[in-house]
This record gives sequence, C-alpha cells and structure tokens, in this order.
Amino acid sequence: MRKVAIYGKGGIGKSTTTQNTVAGLSEMGKRVMVVGCDPKADSTRLLLGGLAQRSVLDTLRSEGEDIELADVRSPGFSNTLCVESGGPEPGVGCAGRGIITSINLLEQLGAYDASESLDYVFYDVLGDVVCGGFAMPIREGKAKEVYIVASGEMMAMYAANNICKGVRKFADAGGVRLGGIICNSRNVDNEHGLIDHFARKLGTQMIYFVPRDNDVQRAEIKRKTVIDWAPDCPQADHYRNLAKAIDGNDMFVIPQPMHTDELEGLLLEHGVLG
Amino acid sequence: MTLEPVPAPPPDVDGPPGGSTAAGSVAAGLAVERVAEPAAPEGFDLEAALAAAAASDLSAPAEPLPLPASARRDGPALNGLIDRMVEVYPPKVARKRRRQLRVNDPESPPEIAANTRTVPGIITQRGCCYAGCKGVVLGPIPDIVHIVHGPIGCSYYSWMTRRNQVRPGPGVANYLPYCFSTDMTEDEIIFGGEKKLAEAIREAHELLHPRAIAVFSTCPVGLIGDDVHAVARKMRKELGINVFGFSCEGYKGVSQSAGHHIANNGLFQHVVGTEEPDLPAVTTPFRINVLGEYNIGGDAFEIERVLTRCGIEVVATFSGNTNYTEIATSHTANLNVVMCHRSINYLAEMMETSYGIPWIKVNFLGAGSMAKSLRKIARYFGDADLTARVEVVIADELSQISAEKDEIRARCEGKTAMLYVGGSRAHHYQELFRDLGMPTISAGYEFAHRDDYEGREVLGDIRIDADSRNIEEIEVHPDPLNYRRRRSGAELAELAEGGLRTKDYDGMMREMPAESLIVDDISHRELEVLIEELRPDVVCSGIKDRYVIEKMGVPSKQLHNYDYGGPYAGFRGAITFYREIDRLVNAEVWRFVKPPWDGEPLASALDTTA
Ligand SMILES: Nc1ncnc2c1ncn2[C@@H]1O[C@H](COP(=O)(O)OP(=O)(O)OP(=O)(O)O)[C@@H](O)[C@H]1O
Ligand SMILES: [Mg+2]
Repeated sequence: MRKVAIYGKGGIGKSTTTQNTVAGLSEMGKRVMVVGCDPKADSTRLLLGGLAQRSVLDTLRSEGEDIELADVRSPGFSNTLCVESGGPEPGVGCAGRGIITSINLLEQLGAYDASESLDYVFYDVLGDVVCGGFAMPIREGKAKEVYIVASGEMMAMYAANNICKGVRKFADAGGVRLGGIICNSRNVDNEHGLIDHFARKLGTQMIYFVPRDNDVQRAEIKRKTVIDWAPDCPQADHYRNLAKAIDGNDMFVIPQPMHTDELEGLLLEHGVLG
Repeated sequence: MTLEPVPAPPPDVDGPPGGSTAAGSVAAGLAVERVAEPAAPEGFDLEAALAAAAASDLSAPAEPLPLPASARRDGPALNGLIDRMVEVYPPKVARKRRRQLRVNDPESPPEIAANTRTVPGIITQRGCCYAGCKGVVLGPIPDIVHIVHGPIGCSYYSWMTRRNQVRPGPGVANYLPYCFSTDMTEDEIIFGGEKKLAEAIREAHELLHPRAIAVFSTCPVGLIGDDVHAVARKMRKELGINVFGFSCEGYKGVSQSAGHHIANNGLFQHVVGTEEPDLPAVTTPFRINVLGEYNIGGDAFEIERVLTRCGIEVVATFSGNTNYTEIATSHTANLNVVMCHRSINYLAEMMETSYGIPWIKVNFLGAGSMAKSLRKIARYFGDADLTARVEVVIADELSQISAEKDEIRARCEGKTAMLYVGGSRAHHYQELFRDLGMPTISAGYEFAHRDDYEGREVLGDIRIDADSRNIEEIEVHPDPLNYRRRRSGAELAELAEGGLRTKDYDGMMREMPAESLIVDDISHRELEVLIEELRPDVVCSGIKDRYVIEKMGVPSKQLHNYDYGGPYAGFRGAITFYREIDRLVNAEVWRFVKPPWDGEPLASALDTTA
C-alpha cells in the first residue's frame, strides 16, 4: 500500500486535485482510501456526491468508544473509500489534536490492515503545516510520500518551500519523502518553466502540470470529479495523466528547502515580476 | 440530589485534605478567650516595657547572628565551594547558576539573579503557575467552589494537600473536602471545553448553592484558547452569584510566583470591596487584614488567638482560615499586615492605592519576631490602651514559654540551620532559629524575586523579562466610593521617622550572617555539596528533597505543609517548633544513617562527556 499526503497553500486546489487524481487511479483499478484531514470536512465531497457523511470525530463523540469502520468510512465514486476526520468549528478547540486522534482511531479500527487490500491511501491536509497535528500524516511513518500542490504565484511557492522544511524534519524519523510538485496552474506567465525550475532547486520534480479549466468548477457544482462528470473532456485526461504519473513515480527525495532570497531570485529570473 | 457541606471531623484530628475542624466547639472556645482580659505576669513593669517599646526601631533589620567557626570559610575556600557546586554543569549553565549564588553581605546585599527560568535537567523544587494561583492563594478559601478546568490529574494533585486548615464560622460552608474538576478529556481538547465548563459551574451551583465559584485554567485551556472569563461572565449573569476565572495556565512564568500574581489580580478585581460589612459588627478601629498567611498546620489559628487577646480584629486573612465575606469586606480594614511578601505584596499595594490602606511587613514566626510584629501593629494605631495591652499580652505569652525555651536553647545554641523553601518562608523561619541561638548558614528561596532577597529598594532596577510580561498588570486607581486614606503622607513619614516604615521590606540578606551563602532555586546537586561541606544540624525545605537530606544523615524539617506538625506561628507555635528542633538536632539517630548509595552505587547516570 502506498501512503500519500497532499500538502499546499490554503485554497491552492489540494482537495480538488486529490479527488480527481483518486478518481483516475480507481479507474485504473486501484483501491484507494481518501482521508480528509481538515475540520472543514470537504475533502471527499466530489467523490461522495455531497458533504453528507459523518466525520470520525463526530462519530467518536456521539458513539463513544464503540465504533466500527463502516460508521466512519463511506464508499465513493468508483469503489473509492472516503473518510473525513472532521474537527471543531473555527476558533474553538484544537483541530490539530483532532487529526491525531482521528488517524489513531482509523489505525485501531484496522482501516489500513492488509485485509482491506488497499493500493493507496491519500491524506488531504489543510493549508500549511500550522501545528503538530497537521504534521501527523507525515509523522511516525504514516504517509511515506508527499506531493505539494503549488502554482506560479509567489506565496504558493513560499508555502511549498515551507512544507519542504516540515518534510525534511520528519524525513529521518518517519521516513517520509517528497514525490514531487503538482503545478495547479493559475495562468501565471512562464508558470511551467518557473515551477519546473523551482522543483529542481528543491531536489525534486514537477510531476505534472494541471491546466486551469472551468470544467473543474462545472463538475464541482454538480458535486462530482471531472472524470465522473465529463469523462471525455480534456481536463479529465489531465487528471488521468497525473494519476499515471504518480502511479509510476519512482523519484522520492528529502527536499532541500530554499532561502527566501533564492526564491525571489527565481521569480525574477523567470520574468514573473515584469 | 443535594450535597451538604461536609460535617467536620473532631477538633484535634486532621480532616480529609483541607483538614477542617469542628466549627461549633472551636467557636465556643474562641469566645471564651475573647472575653478573658490578659493579665501580666507577676513583677511585670508596664512603664518600663512601654518605654522600651517606644524607643525601639521596629523597621531596623535584626542583627545577624555570627557564623560559627564550623561554617566559616575564608575567601578561597568559599570560592572553592561554589566551584564544586557548579562544576558538573555545562559552562553556560554554570555561569547562570553562579549568578543565583551569592556570598552574603548584610550591610550591602549583593545583587542576586532570581525569578529566572530553571535550566531543564536541574532538579528543582519549584511548582507551576497554576499551583501558585489555585494551590496557594485561592484554594484555602473554604466557601468558594474552586473548579479546575482541565484534565483530572491537575485537580486531584492540587487538592489542598497542603494542610490549609479552616474553622468555618457558623453559617459558612466548607467545600475544601471536595475536589471539583471539569475532567477535560480528548473530546474537549479537540472541540473546545467551554460548554463543559459552563455545565460544571451550573452543576456545582445546583448541588451546593455556593456564594461564589472560581475557575482555574490548566495548561491545555490556554493551548486550545477556551475563554474562561467569558464563560464566567455568562454564568455570573445566569446564576446571579459571583463567578470568576483565572488564566493561570501552568506554563506561564518561571514558577508558581506567576500564579500568585494572577491570583492577587483576580481577588482584587472580583472579590475585594464587593460587599459592605454589617455595621453593628464593626466595634473596634483596630481592624486589620493578615495577608499571605495560609494557615498551614493551624498557624493562623494561633496568630488570631494572640491578636484577639490584644484586642485586634482580623477582618480577613489572605487566605488561611477565612471566608468569602471576609475577603469581600476586607477593604474596610485599617491596616494590612503582610506575612508572605512574595505571594501577596501585589494585593497589599493595590489595596493601598484603591482604598488607602497602608501595609506593613510582619513576621509571626519566632517568639521575638511575633512580639516585634505585634508592637508594629500597636505603633501604627498609636493608641495608648492598645499599646499597653499588647505589652501585657507579650509579657504574659513570653512568660508561659520562656523557661522551656531557655532550657531548649541551652541544648541548641551554636548549632546551624539551612533553609531552602518558599518565597518568604526561608526568611521567616530563621527567626525561630534565632530564638534558639542557631545561625542560618545558608538559605534561599524557590520562587522569590530579587526584592525578597535584597529588599524593596531594588524594585526599580528589576528587569521585566518576557516571562513576567505574559502576566497581566492591572491598572489601579483610588476607588470612587471606598477610598479612605487611613494615614496622611505626613503621618506615615512621621511613623517612618519613629522606626515604623510602611510599604517596606528589607529582604532576607540584611538579616543573614556575613559570608553566609545565598542560593536561589537550589538544585539537588548543589544542596548535596553544601550539606557535605558545611554539615548543618538541620535543613528546612520541602517535600521533594527531604528524604535526600535525611539519607545524608542530616535531619530535615519540612516547611511546605509541616507533614503532620504545626502550628509553628505565634508564641505557642514557637514553643512547639523549638521542641521539634531540639528533638531533631539533638537526636543521636542521624549518626547511624547509612545511605544506600554509600557502598556500591545503585545506578549511574549516563556519561554525557564521552
Ligand atoms: N485546475 C483548476 N482549474 C480551475 N479551478 C480549480 C482548479 N483547481 C482547483 N480549482 C478551484 O479552486 C477552488 C479551491 O480548491 P480546493 O478546495 O481544492 O483547494 P484546497 O487547496 O483543498 O483548499 P483548502 O486549503 O481550503 O483545503 C475550488 O473551488 C476549485 O474549483
Ligand atoms: Mg481542501
């Protein structure tokens, strides 16, 4: 089983990209579980066709200790398995602690057991690695490979660079490695070259360039992945390609985070600033 | 279900944690003593006593006893001793510890580093902010329901095991035998604990109908950002009783000292001055508050007994053997006397600013010191009858203990003591040893600040660091309704001129021998070196180190909660202490102690130098 965590700046497209990629993998016949690690609990909406299911933490609260896997895990599009950790309302409690509790519970319930015969588990983590809880998926060997979603916008690259620091920190203890940067395009000038160069500087690769396409929004409003909503559109193929790239990936590195000046230099070099 | 306040155990038995005693019988006993006119012993010359008292400078530091030869070291030897104490540390730690280690000069106290972080890995005796707020200052008040907002262990292990005793008067509830907690679990950590806290407050109210409920924040509350103050405000409205919270998370500050400050602020803002006393109950102008007396082992009982004999009324004690109403009406006292300067000076200062009540430092430990403190109070009120009465009481009390004291003193004189405890205690109890002719050859506090060592004159020089900055400083103004200046500036200046300085504390160093060693926040390692080198006859400290000391063949007197002993304050307390010290320092048994590590080492530490 390959254990994958998706990180990236808030709003960059982690949940959208993850679900579309997972749809692609499952079309290829892979058995995939998605674990949403975000109190918003919106990481599986497109696979499930809505936000309906109960989160792990809500279930834990209402049922106490007596929980079964089926209570917190729902089947989604094309044999995918969907779990949402859930968590407190904004501004209350500790969402990070919630993620830790939730992942521990999934382990106890046997969600990762060989009998589940999973090929992949994907962790979709919110925004930055803001505290220990959100680093949970890459700690203690929970996830072995990380993909960072980024775009050519400076702050997205800045966040990606920061996430690399987190990956590096846990590389020794948990054995986590960076599998690549997924460029989710924002139509920035020279974005392809920029992110490709950025990835190489970090010691990794740009594993795929996902174009920006309004079909993504059209599918989203129907609560579907693009692959589900319009299997024949070009964007669906892009996600299939990304799924294949990840499936065939064999480049796993401990990243070399950059200094801020270096990062800014890169942007200048690619003429983004004018 | 309704819970009744717990029926008290018989008077001479320590109760469950909190150790209450039967209200009825004790109140009756007090009443008898209150009416008994003190009588002077035979041959007492009141005129002479009054003249001597009037002539004495009550604010001058007591002359330090000289160091005995056994504890005296010349310069190089002293430096060698200090070197040995710190030689095991890495250089940076050693440098830091040296700043907290001083060779004393009572004439001109050396600057000492205090109230700084403890280096991780050093075995310290310190507690945490929450312990200082709940465990020390607020916890002893019997008729407030003290709810700990946090995991269950934080509540259980701070459940008044410090033996703060109380005799709740008629009609006063005593909840100290109960332990209240929100029992925060993972669920509240993740989703927030405010709802559960509100529920706990409501439940406590329904069960007990207390006058007031206080809420104490433990570490996780600060981490997840529960707003205990907002919950307290909401519940105050809903229940119509006083509910107030404390942001005293354990991680704040460098020791329990931060918690004392936070507790002072909270008491001042939410309780002091919120009620007016029954007017007919106010019969004497000699009304005082005793600040920083927590009634460990019954100390406050003895202090109150003596004050009552003198005709001095205690409005409130902060916070041993007191109650909510007393603290709420404490702004009507005419003088604040401060025992534990470290834990309560903030309140003394705030009450002076807002209500015009001056404060003086007292020390009720040691018969000599007790007498001096009573004279200070009499001098402040300047009333001839009171002054005479105080002299008669002092003479009478001393006459009852002096023969036995002299007999004990003959056996103890010249023996030596070390004290490492508290933030004022290490100073106070030196007076008991002084009465026995026993010099204190080394002392230090666990959590005091520089002013407790060097005197309040250094207050202006103390650097406010980041650790102190996260403790709220509240701005205090004269109370528009209740500010009443008890003494004018000129009157206070005149008092000072005559030998009674208000708003003043000279600290420990001025009353300790020249060349004695002062050690702030002592570590076990340093303590061991000192004991080995100076072989004191007794070491006073806390629970955490007492057995280490005893295994080294030196008796230890535990001054956190007195184990099973006390009271030690006042005159009767003093004689009890003398007896115990006599037993300890003259016992033969210590010679026979063979510590388990004396032969083969039982374990060895990791060698980090390799
Ligand atoms: N390739 C794309 N083309 C067009 N729109 C996109 C694309 N990728 C993502 N989006 C849109 O961007 C928005 C944000 O995406 P998404 O919720 O997946 O981000 P996220 O990184 O998971 O956010 P968060 O950090 O809040 O979890 C969505 O509304 C989605 O439709
Ligand atoms: Mg998301």
